[in-house]
Amino acid sequence: MITLTINGKAHSVDAEEAMPLLWVLRDILNFTGTKYGCGVGACGACTVLVDGAAVRSCSYPAVLAQGKAITTIEGLADGGTLHKVQQAWIDAQAPQCGFCQSGQIMAAVALLKEKPQPTDEDIDAAMTNICRCGAYAEIRAAIHAAAKG
Amino acid sequence: MMRLAFLGLLLAPLLAASSAVADKAEAPGVAAFRTVQAVLTHPRCMNCHTTVNWPTQGDAQVRHTFNVVRGPDGRGTAGMKCTTCHLATNQAAGNVPGAPDWHMAPLSMGWTGLSPAQLCKALKDPARNGGRTGARIIAHFKADPLVLWAWTPGGKRSAPPVLHAKFVEAAETWLRLGAPCPEG
Repeated sequence: MITLTINGKAHSVDAEEAMPLLWVLRDILNFTGTKYGCGVGACGACTVLVDGAAVRSCSYPAVLAQGKAITTIEGLADGGTLHKVQQAWIDAQAPQCGFCQSGQIMAAVALLKEKPQPTDEDIDAAMTNICRCGAYAEIRAAIHAAAKG
Repeated sequence: MMRLAFLGLLLAPLLAASSAVADKAEAPGVAAFRTVQAVLTHPRCMNCHTTVNWPTQGDAQVRHTFNVVRGPDGRGTAGMKCTTCHLATNQAAGNVPGAPDWHMAPLSMGWTGLSPAQLCKALKDPARNGGRTGARIIAHFKADPLVLWAWTPGGKRSAPPVLHAKFVEAAETWLRLGAPCPEG
């Protein structure tokens, strides 16, 4: 049994120690906003925050997240108010198919936390998430908009 | 007598060649460095001891995928740290390699493209080895988790061609004999 604090709430789950965090989130706790993409920590669709830092939850053992604050896309909004990055995403119409976007948004939140006014180069270096629709220009615009907001 | 003279004529070139080989044999200290060099130039070391703004990856030492860059402290950039993917241990789930505090060596400690002589000089130059003395070089080789990881890299990644104990022994020998460098 492991206990995880997700979006401010404690959850005790019966999971094997090696189970990746993503499996716990999606299959056990039904936090399906976080997506399964490549399964090898490469594409970033599964990005969540652990103590504010972006991690690839598909290859991050859930047991390592015990005692830490896990934030998923479901936990970004403050009640009925969207996080500024979520709002910027909507305003910029960044998503196309949308599958990668929760991971993109979480990565952007981690970037802006460390670098509130990122340059294009900062964004290129931080946003290694893959978007098969190629919405990179819109994503970059949304990050700049969120930085201003 | 004639037979002996003939034999001498036959053997003379061989003896001369043998002498030349002996002349070219490297000093023990340099020979020890060659063992160290064999490890340091292995992809497990070179991938993070680059002279460019990014790590390389795999045995083929290709540029790290997804525009991964070293960042200001060799630990990745804001929002995209090495530890976003590289955890404290190898991860079977995604085959992502891991060891504690995964990071790149500073640019000053980059070895890409160095000749053996240049690598040797860089290794003992405090300005290019992180300010390490001989003892601290050995400590890095002997116990740094990232160095030790090279011998348990997981997946299909190859380990350096020399056992870790032999590597450390060679480094100690090299230093004890004055840390001589090969020519060139």
